[in-house]
Amino acid sequence: MTKRGGKKRTPAPPPRTAAIPAGAPGRARLIRRVRRGDLEAIIALDTRTTGLSKDSHWRELVERGGRSRRENEFVFLVAVSDDASASLSGFIVGEVRAWEFGSAPCGWVYAMAVEPALREQHVGEHLLAAVATEFRRAGVKKMRTMVAKDNRLPMLFFRGEGMMAGPYIQLEKDLE
Amino acid sequence: MRLQISSQLAIFAIIELAAHPERQLTVGEIGAKYGASNHHLAKIMHILGRAGLVRSIRGVGGGYQFSGNARRTTLLDVIELFEDLSPASVGQASSGSGTAEGRALHLVLGEIDDATRATLGSITLDTLCALAAREGARAAAREP
Repeated sequence: MTKRGGKKRTPAPPPRTAAIPAGAPGRARLIRRVRRGDLEAIIALDTRTTGLSKDSHWRELVERGGRSRRENEFVFLVAVSDDASASLSGFIVGEVRAWEFGSAPCGWVYAMAVEPALREQHVGEHLLAAVATEFRRAGVKKMRTMVAKDNRLPMLFFRGEGMMAGPYIQLEKDLE
Repeated sequence: MRLQISSQLAIFAIIELAAHPERQLTVGEIGAKYGASNHHLAKIMHILGRAGLVRSIRGVGGGYQFSGNARRTTLLDVIELFEDLSPASVGQASSGSGTAEGRALHLVLGEIDDATRATLGSITLDTLCALAAREGARAAAREP
């Protein structure tokens, strides 16, 4: 029941590396598209923050993020320290999805992590703003995500960024 | 859903204080804005004080000051100081609760309770302050 695409694609701008604006709160960091060399740090950060190791999942997404430089429909961004170490501070993954059960195209954020020691330093805020910019460039006007009701930290983060409950209800069923 | 008046007033009072943590306000000043009696508001502030969300400053220019963590305290945390929002248990005696139909209805009502708690538990005082500021700016923009 999912219909994708349908809209004429416009050429995407070249890949970019965006410095977090001067004067922005938090330490100096760069936000850029993911590269193959980020894979190990992404796997390590995700494993640390979720307690689950899913190497092949991240390998596939990083490959996809590296390939999709000509389009904004799949976006995998990383925040790295703006120094010689260029160490990973966080990442965000999003995708433009279209016409799912009649929903107009929108940007879905479906993965995000920030180095625990760097929380409350606006890393997540900058990553979300950067992915929103990519979604706008792709022509969508709405951003969505899905968070478990009891997953307090991401829930408070997305709410704090102004996200409100949308017009859809998530439904599920046990498959026996 | 409707909140009890005490819960609503507690949220208004704490938002007033959390929006400017350095500021002290008297119950009279808060009550004047929200149309609450000093007596009722004083009881509410006492409960908020016991929960560590506000502190009382004595003396001239005294009043109440915010003393909690606005980025971690949610509306649910405040409301549960004044009313019980826990879902009704399945065994709770009510007409038809022992029947299959009663249990089915309980499942549906439980969904609503869960959603209510999840929503209230996801909005921090900081987030509500930001929403209030946005609504204030919108209202100001609409004024001729």
